[in-house]
Amino acid sequence: MKEVLEILESDARLSADDIAIMLNKEKAEVQEVIKELENNKIILKYIALVNWEKAGEEKVLAMIEVRVAPQRDKGFDTAAERIYRFPQVRSVHLMSGDYDLAVFVEGKNMREVSHFVSTKLATIEGVLSTMTHFILKTYKQDGVVLEDVEKDRRLLVSP
Amino acid sequence: MNTNTSWDKFVNPVVRTIPWSGIRKFFDLVVETPGVISLGVGEPDFVTPWHIREACIYSLEKGYTMYTSNFGLLELRQAIAQELSCTGLEYSPKNEILVTVGVSEAMDLAIRALVSPGDEVLLPEPSYVSYAPCITLSGGKVVSLPTTMEGNFRISADQVESAITHRTKLLLLCYPNNPTGAVMDRRTLTEIAEVVQKHNLIVIADDIYEKLTYIGEHTCIAALPGMQERTILLNGFSKSYAMTGWRLGYAAGNPDFIGYMTKIHQYTMLCAPITAQMAAIEALRNGRPAMKNMVREYNRRRLLVIHALRDIGLPCLEPGGAFYAFPDISGTGLSSEEFAARLLQEEKVAVVPGNAFGPYGEGFVRCSYAASMEDLSQAFRRMAKFVKSRGVRPRKIFSAVAEKEASPGPKEAAG
Repeated sequence: MKEVLEILESDARLSADDIAIMLNKEKAEVQEVIKELENNKIILKYIALVNWEKAGEEKVLAMIEVRVAPQRDKGFDTAAERIYRFPQVRSVHLMSGDYDLAVFVEGKNMREVSHFVSTKLATIEGVLSTMTHFILKTYKQDGVVLEDVEKDRRLLVSP
Repeated sequence: MNTNTSWDKFVNPVVRTIPWSGIRKFFDLVVETPGVISLGVGEPDFVTPWHIREACIYSLEKGYTMYTSNFGLLELRQAIAQELSCTGLEYSPKNEILVTVGVSEAMDLAIRALVSPGDEVLLPEPSYVSYAPCITLSGGKVVSLPTTMEGNFRISADQVESAITHRTKLLLLCYPNNPTGAVMDRRTLTEIAEVVQKHNLIVIADDIYEKLTYIGEHTCIAALPGMQERTILLNGFSKSYAMTGWRLGYAAGNPDFIGYMTKIHQYTMLCAPITAQMAAIEALRNGRPAMKNMVREYNRRRLLVIHALRDIGLPCLEPGGAFYAFPDISGTGLSSEEFAARLLQEEKVAVVPGNAFGPYGEGFVRCSYAASMEDLSQAFRRMAKFVKSRGVRPRKIFSAVAEKEASPGPKEAAG
């Protein structure tokens, strides 16, 4: 199961057939495993990692440090849930250290993100403060280098 | 240069007569063809793991740019000794390990140190391209031990024994094998070891692909009873840590052999580059996880390649090690060279003709699976089209029966 996950995490387009060959297993068995992983929400989604900048799309991404007053029994979950429901929010993490939630927000431009932070995010009940950091450039994401210039430099034939 | 004289006659006749590597000829052909997918590469498609490169950069920053001891850095030899002790082999880092410029240099030193003119060296074939020329350069005589696909490209103890004459001095072993991908089983090696001891031979074991073993466990012949002292064990960093261009290997053996090899090494090479030695220390200390990942990846591709060849209808020994498959292409009615040349011309896929690895490689081609999954899939689709156009129909792949007996079954090497 772990191996199937590793393979799909590196290339989600591989078919159950290919994976079965690579792991020396029956196709039906691999299909079953994948089905189960999907049903159990261990595999959440199959998505493409896109370099939007290269596609010519203007987008801005900001990381917002959010301090939250935790609630009895709920901790930070209620605030987190109210935050992640917004489609602009790409990801939300509970952090150790100076602040509580790290929220990644995407927008068309800085104004849109600022507007979201000041009118939606900062006003959520329990949010004590926000600090917005705009991301200037992404070099590597999810293990992939965006502008990878390394190519195969080996000789075409060697002993 | 402007010269009308033929300078050939000044050249040592032995050098003049050894043939150029068959790979070189084919290389020129491949380079001229644009858009080729190459399965002809005999080195990992991974770049050396970053932590190893970084360790080398750091050593340069710290000013490690000097000679080392002829034997190599003691720290590295200690790390090598520790690595070897994991397989039950104890070597003294002081005088039983020599760090060399790749296994190629170690092989050359071992042959030059031991082979006198007229000595016979037993060489399993098909074989890696440099062994026979090195033996010839030392004045030795190559005695071929032919291996076949039906025999799992292994040699047997009987075969070794029947090839022995009063001039036989050495047996050269390279398993997992380049180009066949064959591995040896412990039982056969034990029988061979008995013959070697009975006839007082020396073994040179090129273990460069040892970490890349996918079926069963690699048995090092030096680790068999009575064999350590009569084996020169060669290994290096090229294949297991994706460090081919660093040119770093080593030899381990009894103090006499290592001493005499070091004598040649001190006059010809002085020492292996210190930057590469620094990187190798890091590789041995912290390189295991990255190496295991690479091995696991190779194994997945290996299974893909076996499957693809089966679909195509080319019989092939299931390779148990290295990163090569060596399918039998004789069913196409083409020779190795014709097959490789036409496959290149018609489908732009490069494989190495089997006869580049000696006459016993005729009828086969070497396909390296040190290539990306995408390239492998694409290459085998094209090869399927090519083979089909020659009237070959899918049939069951030749499967290594002895392999299955010798081990509990295929396993994930890194599992």
